[in-house]
Amino acid sequence: MSSWQPGATREVLEARARLLADIRQFFADRAVLEVETPLLCQAGVTDPALEPLCVDVKAGDSRYLQTSPEYAMKRLLAAGSGDIFQISKAFRADELGRRHNPEYTLLEWYRLGFDHHELLREVAELLSQLLRINSWEVWPWHALFENILSINPDQVTEGELAQCASSALGQPLPELDRNGVLDLLMSHVIEPAIACRGMVFIVDYPASQAALARCFERDGQSLGARFECYVDGIELANGYWEAGDNRELRHRFEADNGIRRQRGQQERPVDERFLAAMAAGLPDCAGVALGVDRVLMCQRGLDDLDSTLAFSWSRA
Amino acid sequence: MANYSTNEFKSGLKVMLDGEPCSILENEFVKPGKGQAFNRVRMRNLKTGRVWERTFKSGESLEGADVMDYSLEYSYTDGEFFYFMDPDSFEQHAAEISSVGDTQKWLKEQEKYDVTLYNGSPISVTAPNFIELEIIETDPGLKGDTAQGGSKPATLTTGAVVRVPLFISQGEIVRVDTRSGEYVSRASRS
Repeated sequence: MSSWQPGATREVLEARARLLADIRQFFADRAVLEVETPLLCQAGVTDPALEPLCVDVKAGDSRYLQTSPEYAMKRLLAAGSGDIFQISKAFRADELGRRHNPEYTLLEWYRLGFDHHELLREVAELLSQLLRINSWEVWPWHALFENILSINPDQVTEGELAQCASSALGQPLPELDRNGVLDLLMSHVIEPAIACRGMVFIVDYPASQAALARCFERDGQSLGARFECYVDGIELANGYWEAGDNRELRHRFEADNGIRRQRGQQERPVDERFLAAMAAGLPDCAGVALGVDRVLMCQRGLDDLDSTLAFSWSRA
Repeated sequence: MANYSTNEFKSGLKVMLDGEPCSILENEFVKPGKGQAFNRVRMRNLKTGRVWERTFKSGESLEGADVMDYSLEYSYTDGEFFYFMDPDSFEQHAAEISSVGDTQKWLKEQEKYDVTLYNGSPISVTAPNFIELEIIETDPGLKGDTAQGGSKPATLTTGAVVRVPLFISQGEIVRVDTRSGEYVSRASRS
């Protein structure tokens, strides 16, 4: 029988309470409305890299614990909520490790009329206050690959990319598609390399990794208006200049389910309420999700999420 | 053997990789913001002792390895094999020199060793942390030098050579730490 004791010390619990209060103050100062949306919904996300936890409500009726409050919050935006934020639990099956807990606390917010660069600055302001950091770097995704790996990720062939990854890791690679190899390089080479650079924003992802960000053209390249924020090599936030075209979104969801079929994963129902809201019209906005437990980890200089949580997955 | 998925990998689990039995040391889950999740796994090749680092896509699986650890008594060697006996079943297991490795110099009859069997055959033999052995050869002891200073080589019955204090003489039993190969203390003849 494992210990009944919490993983976080009393001091860390106090720091968590203060962190939540500081976040609420930050948004109160900016007149951003705090909202709550359901954790158990009739649809989940189609993203092949995210597996939701399902709850059997009664026979024949199961609901999805939300992997993020994104869809419900965007329905509020479409309904005219204006700027909103939420601090809620989010759930992701099988994501368990030093920096992952299947149940975790997410801060998500949306700003009307912002693009991803403006929202990025607001993320930097919030984190500067919370983590007492006073500078940050902004790196285009492509430039980071060129700088750290000396490759142009658009021009290398799939074979050259795999060659680069296998020599950087010094081991044979698992079977991966192009995006998979890019993910491998990001998590195994680039994240450790930026760990010494404090707060780093990566912007302008390739369109194939745009997720729900809108895409734009630059120098003949199609890019996703997306950013990620890292502090000491730890990913803290992911933001988009939001794509609101319901036809384009439906197309992406169906492509996700196509990948799921190919990989033998279960297909997921498309969230029709969300798409109906997008058809009604998402106001021009940017949004971001930020892992609160990880911020606490950075703030207290802790090494794993277990020591930021009262009861992590194995203790819950 | 059963298959184990990356989320079941934990320290001590025995799996097959590239046809070799391995023991998992560490398993770290990594996932970039959006995209493919990976498990970075460190494991020890049980045949060579080498540590391998390998990255798997989360959810991939490996076949379990038929590897078991037993506590067996060393019996004797015929020059080619080293024979170990299960003290309960009296079953004999013959280990090749390559699987005994450096432990050879700590092999003492009737002493118990941790023997790892892979598909029923020994692939590694680990000595107990401390073992008591007789000195068969060393320079004569120096009287009056019982407390401090100086050491000299001493050859033990197993052929191992350890450094012992100057006051220790031939024929005495000494206690040795097999991990470092260092003398620990005098031991009484039991």
